Amino acid sequence: MTDKLALSLTVNGERHDVLAPAHRTLLDLLRDQLGLTGAKKACNAGICGACTVLLDGEPARACLCLAANVGDRPVTTVEGLSPGNSLSAVQRAFVDTGAIQCGFCMTGMIVSATALLDELPDPDVGQIREGLSGNLCRCSGYVKVVEAVQLAARYRREEMR
Amino acid sequence: MNKPLGADPLEGAIGLSLPRLEALEKAVGDARFVEDMTLPGMLHGAVLTSPHAHARIRGYDASAALALPGVKAVVTGEDFETRYMGLVVKDETALAKGKVRYIGEPVAAVAAVDQETARAALHLIEVDYEELPAVFSPEEAMAPGAPLLHEGYGSYFKIFDAVHEGNVLAESEIVGGDPDGAFQGADHVFENVYELSAQYHAYMEPVAALAQVDRDGRVTVWSSTQSVFRTQANIAESLGIPMARIRCISPRIGGGFGGKSEATVQPAAVLLAQKTGRPVRIALSRDEDMTTMRSRHPARLVCRTGVMADGTIVARSLDVLMDGGAYADDSPAVMMFAMYFGCGPYRIPNYRLSGRAVYTNKLRAGAFRGFGNPQGSFATESQMDEIAEALGLDPIDFRLKNALQPGDRWIDGHAIDSCTIRDCLEALRDGCDWTARRAQAAARARPGRRRGIGIAAVAHICGFMATSAFVRLLEDGSVALNTGAVDIGQGSSTALTQICAAALGLSPEQVRCVEADTDASPYNSGTNASRVTYMVGRAIGEAAEVVRNKILEHAGELLEAHPGDLELQPGGKVGIKGVPGKTVSFQEVSIRAHWGTGGPIMGSGSLVFEAGEMDPKTALATGFMSFNACGAYTFGAQAVELEVDEVTGQVEVLEVWSAHDVGRAINPGAVDGQIQGGVVQALGYALTEEMVWQDGRLANPSFMDYKIPGSLDVPHAIHAIVLEHAEPTHPFGAKGIGEPPIVGIAPAVANAIRQATGKRLRRSPMTPERVFRALADEGDGVGIDWPNGQA
Repeated sequence: MTDKLALSLTVNGERHDVLAPAHRTLLDLLRDQLGLTGAKKACNAGICGACTVLLDGEPARACLCLAANVGDRPVTTVEGLSPGNSLSAVQRAFVDTGAIQCGFCMTGMIVSATALLDELPDPDVGQIREGLSGNLCRCSGYVKVVEAVQLAARYRREEMR
Repeated sequence: MNKPLGADPLEGAIGLSLPRLEALEKAVGDARFVEDMTLPGMLHGAVLTSPHAHARIRGYDASAALALPGVKAVVTGEDFETRYMGLVVKDETALAKGKVRYIGEPVAAVAAVDQETARAALHLIEVDYEELPAVFSPEEAMAPGAPLLHEGYGSYFKIFDAVHEGNVLAESEIVGGDPDGAFQGADHVFENVYELSAQYHAYMEPVAALAQVDRDGRVTVWSSTQSVFRTQANIAESLGIPMARIRCISPRIGGGFGGKSEATVQPAAVLLAQKTGRPVRIALSRDEDMTTMRSRHPARLVCRTGVMADGTIVARSLDVLMDGGAYADDSPAVMMFAMYFGCGPYRIPNYRLSGRAVYTNKLRAGAFRGFGNPQGSFATESQMDEIAEALGLDPIDFRLKNALQPGDRWIDGHAIDSCTIRDCLEALRDGCDWTARRAQAAARARPGRRRGIGIAAVAHICGFMATSAFVRLLEDGSVALNTGAVDIGQGSSTALTQICAAALGLSPEQVRCVEADTDASPYNSGTNASRVTYMVGRAIGEAAEVVRNKILEHAGELLEAHPGDLELQPGGKVGIKGVPGKTVSFQEVSIRAHWGTGGPIMGSGSLVFEAGEMDPKTALATGFMSFNACGAYTFGAQAVELEVDEVTGQVEVLEVWSAHDVGRAINPGAVDGQIQGGVVQALGYALTEEMVWQDGRLANPSFMDYKIPGSLDVPHAIHAIVLEHAEPTHPFGAKGIGEPPIVGIAPAVANAIRQATGKRLRRSPMTPERVFRALADEGDGVGIDWPNGQA
């Protein structure tokens, strides 16, 4: 329908050359063109955080980011947090605490939690609540989510040893 | 049946806090929700919705849309015969036909090669409307000469004997004892009006459907639903396709809370797939989901209670008015459910419970976690505190004085098997250190704030409708469990797996829970009414019993022993009672059955409560859909401690305690999760969540303007207090916990605000503006902006 741009993106360590219209969001490109459906479209307006990905290591709303603006910044999606069959410490902690209910928001939550722990390896409850305040969840009431991040911090410390 | 918990070594799977069976795939991003699915040749669908609250459709012109490159089909009301669908009242068509009745109603649908083209085509469809006068509140709808939404209402099929008139789609009354005489004889009579706004379900996954129609016309639909069988029924009814030619499947579901009970866009997806011969996926955007799907009912309640000077309640009347929106959906049942809980968990000998559900030209209201009980309980549990205060009684003592006792019956004469409201209130009193916190509230408030703590009691029910289960022994001795129940994220598949494992002495890893699929699964009416763990658990118990007996017969042959002398042993073995060491495995049994004699081992169970009539010696009912004998009653009690900002009226919740008798916690971690999540959804309902309509147009269809709680908006200290008084009718004593946590929070918040500030709010949600007005002595918030909210 519209002219397409030739884009080159690095996603989860892999380079992808794709054609996309200028208005295509990173979220739609990931989901529809690269088959990476872990990031979810729950509000498509930058409010709920279900589409959170890491852009050059920083959490970003993929639904608000135009694919054409990504440039050479590496993109990490939830699929990229657990190479092969392994689980990241954060993913393991979310499973072990029973924080995951319907799971629709959880991929974004796990990406945000990963970014939070990259910055603050040992956050207190207040810092976790603050750090995840941009990720809406309708099932959990956030109690077990906070516990999951606390456990993830512990798992990460154990991995360091 | 009341065995001590954890006594039976076969039942090791019960009481384990296992993560969800599918937690891992959800954590790594592999879980497939409908919008994550594609099929070869799949087209993208989009839905055109009505811009008018009430209008006649004179015609359509889709030629410009069809001319757009990439558009493959347009369907409108001209593409199907008039056929109605609906659970309680059949009043909806697949797309609007003849008339539109709310802004946001699906009018036409497009299939195109991509999402952008489909949406672009919507703007090119011309619909010729003749606008009609509209009504936006029950009062307007009930006024003399009001425009009728459904002229043919009388001829619609209804599953109950409806009393109706004009836009009132259901009217009902239950009278027990002598309420008029009892009010006259009461020392004090309290009467107050309470109002609540509409709440949006806000499941994180907007509704989506993927439909495929094969060359023979057989339909397959993957959709975001709480019941594959209700989806199948909706498609069959609205499109006139035999159920045997419709297969409905649920992939992962991103929450439901009642809002995905009935189909909405699924028939439109089927129409497009039929027309194009290609798979079509429709995925609603968030604003479409908010304007098109459904809400919790706005309600106005008049509650009247007669008490004696010593605090004994002698009479209660509750009048429920519900704004049902443009289609009936579950409205009559929701309204009657609020009536059904009008006396709460209390002994009240004389009562008049009445209600009306009314059509208006707005989004349909429907099932939402709690199903009318949160609205009713806001009125009754707020007023309980108002009475206690007037009589100088402690709120918990006053409730205990009137609480139902074991052996008591519900207002319709239904026996209450395990009546534990007193235990819940006492557990809450201890759990939240009630007396001390109540006494110290004012002293502990931070500067500029006022602190209070409030409680509410909770009564609910788990059960309803038909359920079945298949349990099948696989060749290696493990088990396939198939129930047709859709896990919408609440964890039922995990809990049912644990129940099945325990029934056969297996570990959960030895049980495979099959996903709901109408082609393969036995009937389950849906994931509603806190019913799955209780109802399906019972059906599994029955099915497993059949399997167990067949296993014992085969084992008897293999062990040359009488089946009566045999016993199951943990891990899938059969042994001879009192003879250690001599066992056969389920695998040996199953191989014998598969290849030797008898045939593969399978068992089924099925269950429905007989909907008995109300006992006329107890109460007289008119227009009421009987809920008699439909499940097990559940009890709870909740407390909220909060602070109110004196300047802004902002409420900050500091701590919540939620005590519930769950019968037996099959998965304690999941029970805590249900309680914590329900409490937070209830805090949103009580404080910030309000759908606002202006002339029938939803003014806040986004998460920016409709505020669901985030992590900073609610306390981390949400204490689940779990009581386990085994329910005698369930094989492992379990009751439902899905809904009760949302029922008592709003009145507990109102009661806490009252203690904190001396002001009583009878209007929910208790937004900063409403609290601020109350602080400024501008009243309780009633009679101002109901039902359309605070613009």
